[in-house]
Amino acid sequence: MNEAARKPFGRFVPLIVFAALVAFFVVGLVWNQTHDARFVPSPLIDKPAPTFRLPRLEQPTQFVTKADLLGKPYLLNVFASWCFACGDEHPTLMAYRDKFGIPLIGYDYKDAPQDARAWLQRHGDPYHEVITDQSGDTAINFGVYGAPETYLIDAKGVIRYKHIGPLTPEVIAKDLEPKIRALDGAGT
Amino acid sequence: MNPELGQVALILALLLSGLQCVLPIIGAWHGSRPLMATARSLAIGQFVFVALAFGILMWSFWINDFSVAYVAQNSNLSLPWFYKLSAVWGAHEGSLLLWMLILNLWTVALVVLGGKLPEAFFSRVIGVLGFVAFGFLLYMITTSNPFLRLFPVPPNGADLNPVLQDPGLVFHPPTLYMGYVGFSVAFAFAIASLLGGELKSTWVRWARPWTNIAWGFLTLGIVAGSAWAYYELGWGGWWFWDPVENASFMPWLIGAALIHAQAITDKRDGLRAWTLLLSIFGFAFSLLGTFLVRSGLLTSVHAFAFAPARGLFILVYLAVVVGGSLLLYALRAPKVTGGKSFALASRETLMVIGNLMLTVACAMVLLGTLYPLVGEALNIGRISVGPPYFGPLFLLLMTPLVLALPFGPLSRWGKADLKVWRNALIRIVALAVVAGIIAFIVGAHGWYQLLGVTAATWVMAGVALFAIKRWREAPRGKRYPFEMLGMMLAHFGIGVFIAGAILTRSMSVEQDVSMRPGASVDVGAYDFHFNGVTETQGPNYRAQQGTVVITRNGKQIVTLHPQKRTYSGGQVQTEAAIEAGVFRDLYVSLGDAIGDGAWSLRVYDKPFVRWIWGGGVFMMLGGFVVVLDKRFRLKRAVEPETVRVKPVPESPRKLAEGEA
Repeated sequence: MNEAARKPFGRFVPLIVFAALVAFFVVGLVWNQTHDARFVPSPLIDKPAPTFRLPRLEQPTQFVTKADLLGKPYLLNVFASWCFACGDEHPTLMAYRDKFGIPLIGYDYKDAPQDARAWLQRHGDPYHEVITDQSGDTAINFGVYGAPETYLIDAKGVIRYKHIGPLTPEVIAKDLEPKIRALDGAGT
Repeated sequence: MNPELGQVALILALLLSGLQCVLPIIGAWHGSRPLMATARSLAIGQFVFVALAFGILMWSFWINDFSVAYVAQNSNLSLPWFYKLSAVWGAHEGSLLLWMLILNLWTVALVVLGGKLPEAFFSRVIGVLGFVAFGFLLYMITTSNPFLRLFPVPPNGADLNPVLQDPGLVFHPPTLYMGYVGFSVAFAFAIASLLGGELKSTWVRWARPWTNIAWGFLTLGIVAGSAWAYYELGWGGWWFWDPVENASFMPWLIGAALIHAQAITDKRDGLRAWTLLLSIFGFAFSLLGTFLVRSGLLTSVHAFAFAPARGLFILVYLAVVVGGSLLLYALRAPKVTGGKSFALASRETLMVIGNLMLTVACAMVLLGTLYPLVGEALNIGRISVGPPYFGPLFLLLMTPLVLALPFGPLSRWGKADLKVWRNALIRIVALAVVAGIIAFIVGAHGWYQLLGVTAATWVMAGVALFAIKRWREAPRGKRYPFEMLGMMLAHFGIGVFIAGAILTRSMSVEQDVSMRPGASVDVGAYDFHFNGVTETQGPNYRAQQGTVVITRNGKQIVTLHPQKRTYSGGQVQTEAAIEAGVFRDLYVSLGDAIGDGAWSLRVYDKPFVRWIWGGGVFMMLGGFVVVLDKRFRLKRAVEPETVRVKPVPESPRKLAEGEA
């Protein structure tokens, strides 16, 4: 008995799945090139950042909490040594770390501390401070999809902006820097 | 020699490949022997011209012809000669040319060895390979020409990427490509069967050695790549789940599944549809791997913006090859699939479970690898998922496979035999528990270490039981045919690999330290004594070279010299120094000068790390040894064609007696 003959449509399944995949990519690429990239706003924007208590990368016995960082705005950059897109983003961070005007805090995501240290040693350390989240539990509260992601958090601990994917000079000039300047204007 | 000659050779090869794709297939369609007869000469002619182009490019590297842009970008006057020659495949354009050359080598091998296949089927196979070659050559000539000239001619080249200046590069890409391209044979067989509307299990048998050789080479390529990363990246890691590794791992997983599916189709005449689909997908993933790695598309869709023609061509080509194959499958499957069914507790069932696990694992890897692209396409940002995603999921999928692995060879074809399973289960559990207890007594106290020992024993016990069973049941001389020997080697290799991967992870001691000359650090049972850093000079780099003396219990074991090289292009590259051993590696990697004469160093004691690659080598040997089996050598002959689907007559060539 012929299995394919019994189920006349079963044999079309691989083709249909493949065609759907191709269509998905083509539509995605065309859409990206014809539409301005506007991210779906995160539900956490303009909401207080979740509270956290995470160890520092260099001194794992010391913890940094959300309260410690209140009082002045900062950028929280989610990265990991295993994340290759972070490698793409890294030179940009090195170039802009002192131009942001506010501290850049590294958030080492689901990563072995020794790997993160070696990664920073190898490529250079753009961060003013690095905190580690080995389990990724706190990252869930932040709504982290993966690495890299960047959060702008103001002096009151409110998330003002979120960027998913690597920061590029264009993104910084177009989106991030205006948001940082807006913080100054608001007198925070 | 003139690079334009290379260009002309490529164009001639393109024309020949176009003919090779069309003429033999039309010939097979109409039963025209003269047209079918062109297959051989066209394939050989194409090989000659591609080899000529390859030779000319290599010559351009040899004589430092920097007027060729590709040479200027990837070579340098002070580059050692062996890197000059291997720089031919050091970047995108040249690696495509290498790919083409290897495809031609496989095709010519098929032409030489395939004489006993029915002529119509053989013509279709060569025609399909011609189509593959046509796409590649067109892609090269239109978007990735390695012979483009550069004016004004630079006095010196930009140098080969230092990461690639390693003996690993000399043979890593060629072995990997041997694997990738090798799957084109199984693919061509599948498409030829679908085109002809007929699939014979004897053809699948004939395709099996090719798949095994391809998979063996792919295994070797992956092992070489993994060892290379271990040496060159200065991390001491051996697998990173990065897109480049995944690109080679996906066809490997499908290839492993295909090897087993083909065996079932060959021996039991079952799983035909599955074998056809795996043949198509194995090659599709090879194409994906080839294109995506060197074209830079995997790291970002932005590569499309830099070279839109390349990106578009790749998408269209993949869509045509895979989509066309699947369409053909959908239309023709009723004619060629089917086959015998089997009982639930049979060997086939276990092999199907293994197949499913491997295929799902491949889909999982594909999703994770393309995740940044998916994210970008959906406009949610390009993010990596990395080891936190791959690690647990892969473990989850491979656990049932490893648990079922020993029982496959021990069960019977077609029929359920629960008693065999029960007896095997008792023995395997007993052996694994005994091994665990011995490991505990010897000093393995962590649960993770014990898991490694028992899991490895679980797999190896299956191989041992199978060996004993064959010894008892089969007559002398027929106990271990090469096919079984290969299977045993490969399965044993999986056991070795499991031991290596888990024990390295659980027993490694690693430290990042900053040391002044004269300082020491204890790592495990070893004492690492740092004797400072001196400057040395290589052919095209300057290096800071550390000296580290390793002692154990006051007895000197070895002196290591890790380097930090600065290449003429200004790139910095670490060269870890490694004292390699069967049971442990001692690994030192030099970091940065911290000041006051102090340096940062990474030092490791890595037990059993060699077993990871040792396991891979066993698997590779398994793939190769199977090919020696008499089953493939003597019974290559194919029965005369009986059922004809097309009404047009084909010319059966009865070269040998058919088999039952």
